[in-house]
Amino acid sequence: MSSGMSIQRQRYLGRRKRYGAAVTITQLLLLVLSLALWELLTDIGVIDSFIMSSPSRVAATIFRLLADGSLFLHIGVTLLETVLGFVIGVVIGAIIAVVLWWLPFVGRVLDPYLVVLNALPKIALGPILIVWTGAGMKSIVVMAVLVSFVVTAVTVLNGFMTVDPDMLFLMRTLKASRFQTFVRVVLPASIPDMVAALKISVGMSWVGVIVGEYLVSKAGLGYLIVYGGQVFKLDLVMTGVVILCILAGLMYFGVAAIERRVVGELTHGR
Amino acid sequence: MQGSLIKLSGVCCSYQTPERETDAVRDLSFSVDEGEFVAIVGPSGCGKTTVLSLIMGLMQPSSGSITVRDGSKCGYMLQRDSLLGWRSVRKNALLALEVTHAVTPEGEAKVDALIKRCGLSDFAGSRPAQLSGGMRQKVALIRTLSTDPDLLLLDEPFSALDYQTRLTLSDEVYSLIKSCGKTAILVTHDISEAVSMADRVLVFSNRPATLRYETQIYEGRANSPLERRNQAWFSSYFSDIWEELQA
Repeated sequence: MSSGMSIQRQRYLGRRKRYGAAVTITQLLLLVLSLALWELLTDIGVIDSFIMSSPSRVAATIFRLLADGSLFLHIGVTLLETVLGFVIGVVIGAIIAVVLWWLPFVGRVLDPYLVVLNALPKIALGPILIVWTGAGMKSIVVMAVLVSFVVTAVTVLNGFMTVDPDMLFLMRTLKASRFQTFVRVVLPASIPDMVAALKISVGMSWVGVIVGEYLVSKAGLGYLIVYGGQVFKLDLVMTGVVILCILAGLMYFGVAAIERRVVGELTHGR
Repeated sequence: MQGSLIKLSGVCCSYQTPERETDAVRDLSFSVDEGEFVAIVGPSGCGKTTVLSLIMGLMQPSSGSITVRDGSKCGYMLQRDSLLGWRSVRKNALLALEVTHAVTPEGEAKVDALIKRCGLSDFAGSRPAQLSGGMRQKVALIRTLSTDPDLLLLDEPFSALDYQTRLTLSDEVYSLIKSCGKTAILVTHDISEAVSMADRVLVFSNRPATLRYETQIYEGRANSPLERRNQAWFSSYFSDIWEELQA
């Protein structure tokens, strides 16, 4: 396979490959070393494992939660809330963006409201939500929707508004209707922005769900963290945080993978 | 020639922006015969593009009249090809037909024939990003020709290209337009491009645009744009137009 390649090319490819491998190995090493350091420092008593917990105690907690079956309950509840909040938030945000693009007057009128809504820490609305929607999963999902839909609307609308004016002029010379322009040009041209909006709102949904669970919940990772804090079981808190890290990371990489595929398909594919 | 396809008489046009009112065109009259190739040259920003927008019906004149022969259609070709990056070359060429709800087997066959004629068959399934600037502009021309317009409006279609591509492409575009028997108005700031392609050259004044000078290129009819550039008469037309622009 490499027979057709020049020596320089082979060296270049080899260098690239080694560099990539070095990055991955260092990344893993960093993770293992920090876990080992954490474990070591708590073991020899430099830091208090009652306050800081430790990797072994986190692992033990995970096994304990696995054994009594509550681990998957908490993960399941939080995941369900996040996915619901994310999907509903994205759909509402996208619909708002389309409406505001379609009706420029409405867009102009609502612009300052959207700006304020975007700048407002939606978490401040938590207490109101509990009163309005009751203390349950509903208010947590609403919180996640609230946190994610505004940023989705703003990002997607921005994508719609920054479509190449030459393309819009082209559609005018073809006497295209607004619908045709939207479907054939504005929407496909904004797909990269829409995927970027997905990426942002995944993170936002997690924020909304965890904050919602802090305020009202009987189960979920946020509940686990708050409960652990209240009864001073820092093992529980750390366990919740660690699982949250893994889940949020997986979800983000999932969306990023979709982004690479979609954007690559748009520009280079057949 | 069977009479004029389009006639402008006493056209004035100004357009409004929040900052100011711009007098773009003043008392402009000219007509274009069927099958004729007319080039408009003028200083940059003199309102040449406004004239094309007026003919296209995208803008309305403040006074004067623009008469297009009944039932004739205009096709517009822009300086930038504006090909849609997510569509294949063929789908891009079909865009105009799609928008006019005219994607018929005959329409598709016509587009395919044009793609073949322009030597782009191997690229029909490729994305525009894989094409050179000249090839992309040819796709834009196919898109414009696909709806079978009677009048082609070419808005500096070659000015974003490198010199060599510009010369060869103007040759190809010229022969394509002539062989389809189309009437064309070419807007350009390049005098030699105008003299090499047009049957008649109109020179516009500075803004507000008005017709300052016009000249028939009688000698050109038999030659292609590239051949014209080597003719003895070429430079005399060039210098006439040059002087009018300087005056």
